[in-house]
Amino acid sequence: MMLMETNNEPTTCSAPSAPSPVLEVERLWAGYPGEIVLEEINLTLWPLDYVGIIGPNGGGKSTLLKVILGLLPPLRGEVRILGQPVGVARKHVGYVPQYVESDRQFPITVWDVACMGRVGQRGLLHRLNSADDDLVAEALRQVEILSLRGRLMGELSGGQRQRVYIARALATQPRILLLDEPTSSVDPQVKAGIYDLLHRLNEHITLLLISHDMGAISSFVKTVGCLNRRLFYHNDKLITADMLEAAYQCPIDLIAHGLPHRVLPDHRPGVTSEEERG
Amino acid sequence: MAGLLDVLQFEFMRNALLAGLLISLACGVIGSLVVIKRIVFISGGIAHAAYGGIGLGYFLGINPVLGAILFSLLAASGMGVVQRKTVERTDTIIGAMWAIGMALGITFVDLTPGYKDNLMSYLFGSILTVPRIDLWIMLGVDLLILLLATLFYKELLAVSFDETFATVQNVPVGAIYVILLTLIGFTVVMMMQVVGLIMVIALLTMPAAIAAQYARGLKRMMVGATALSVLFTVVGLLLSYYLNLTSGATIILVSGAAYLASLAVRPFVLARRAHH
Repeated sequence: MMLMETNNEPTTCSAPSAPSPVLEVERLWAGYPGEIVLEEINLTLWPLDYVGIIGPNGGGKSTLLKVILGLLPPLRGEVRILGQPVGVARKHVGYVPQYVESDRQFPITVWDVACMGRVGQRGLLHRLNSADDDLVAEALRQVEILSLRGRLMGELSGGQRQRVYIARALATQPRILLLDEPTSSVDPQVKAGIYDLLHRLNEHITLLLISHDMGAISSFVKTVGCLNRRLFYHNDKLITADMLEAAYQCPIDLIAHGLPHRVLPDHRPGVTSEEERG
Repeated sequence: MAGLLDVLQFEFMRNALLAGLLISLACGVIGSLVVIKRIVFISGGIAHAAYGGIGLGYFLGINPVLGAILFSLLAASGMGVVQRKTVERTDTIIGAMWAIGMALGITFVDLTPGYKDNLMSYLFGSILTVPRIDLWIMLGVDLLILLLATLFYKELLAVSFDETFATVQNVPVGAIYVILLTLIGFTVVMMMQVVGLIMVIALLTMPAAIAAQYARGLKRMMVGATALSVLFTVVGLLLSYYLNLTSGATIILVSGAAYLASLAVRPFVLARRAHH
């Protein structure tokens, strides 16, 4: 399988020459002793891409994430960030984890959580300085919660907490944002607000979003992949019936062409319906 | 107040109160980290493994506290490796180290001829007989804990709040974790002399757990936990003096009563927070 080529729009990347990939996943096999979870994964992200990866639970989404973050070594193949090995270059990844409910009890303010985006960048035995403070304030301003900086995490709503995590990731001055189920615990209205924010962030940063929430992903991202042991990715926003059936291994009722998609398992063989809106 | 002054006439009570203040500092700082990082069980393992060192101290005829420090450091680094590297059930392994440490201590003591005078004091505490030299050791350990906790504060907070994020940011998570476990080892050995091995974990965690409900940050939690620990230790000591009860037990009972009371009001605190 070849690396996918993108026909990306012109980028605002500082280098005037041909842009180089932000993230390359090449012929990756990954898993755990006696259990292969990912097979022959190929994925390339170029500057200002906005890729959403969906897939069923147990399809390897979190394993892929761990490999990209250098938390799990690949069995075969390679991952590079900005052309460098993951171990050194992962600090350029702004990681936005899934919200953990136990964090509510942790006595920490929004400001202090966002500051953690600077801890690794500043290094051991150095205090965060005023330049760090400026970056943290700017990150909180970007996600529109600077006014909440003195609040405790336990005092926030689900959507606000998600914004804190995004701010913490932005404070690292990342080249790519990697988001894990960013809207898993919020209501639809808040979800729309977060995707709106991500859309704006995408004007100057590359995004990779991993979720089981196909409706949200397909409405907002630029390209979609389906992951279930293998990655079905065609550099297109279109989710095809083939991709979904391959990933979910069940007949799919498909609504295509860049409109909100739904997945409805269809138990009548051979019957698929296509619905166009707007 | 007159009662307190009365008590202060005795050197053993002055030493006991001083020891209470000194362990409270370590207890507040390290206990807060233990509570927020949720490593109470590991800390218990380190404390009990230290008993092996006490037995070894008796066996070799050296100060048992030195043996305890040695064993707690071994246990701390061992558990750090277990927690981070192994795919086995870590709680089982920690439970095994916990018991093996105790068993080693008992065996060493059995092998030691003669009368073991104050062996029980390590199990139940002996704050009323803390020797002066041990107060100096406690002060030294306090200063070391304060120094390391200050130097690595932002990393300790980052690793406690979100280890994965810290790892991705290339914070040396493994080294920070071993430093934390080592500090827990020092703290546990120091507190053991006051409340005893069996009750050490209770005093380490209860003030911090109460402080966590009200503090608006880790630093304030540490300060609050230290203050609470001072309060519980002093009140417990006075109760022990006037009622002629074992001091370790009265300190723990005072802490426990306060902790249970804080749990009772907890739903109201959380509700107020949610409506903030």
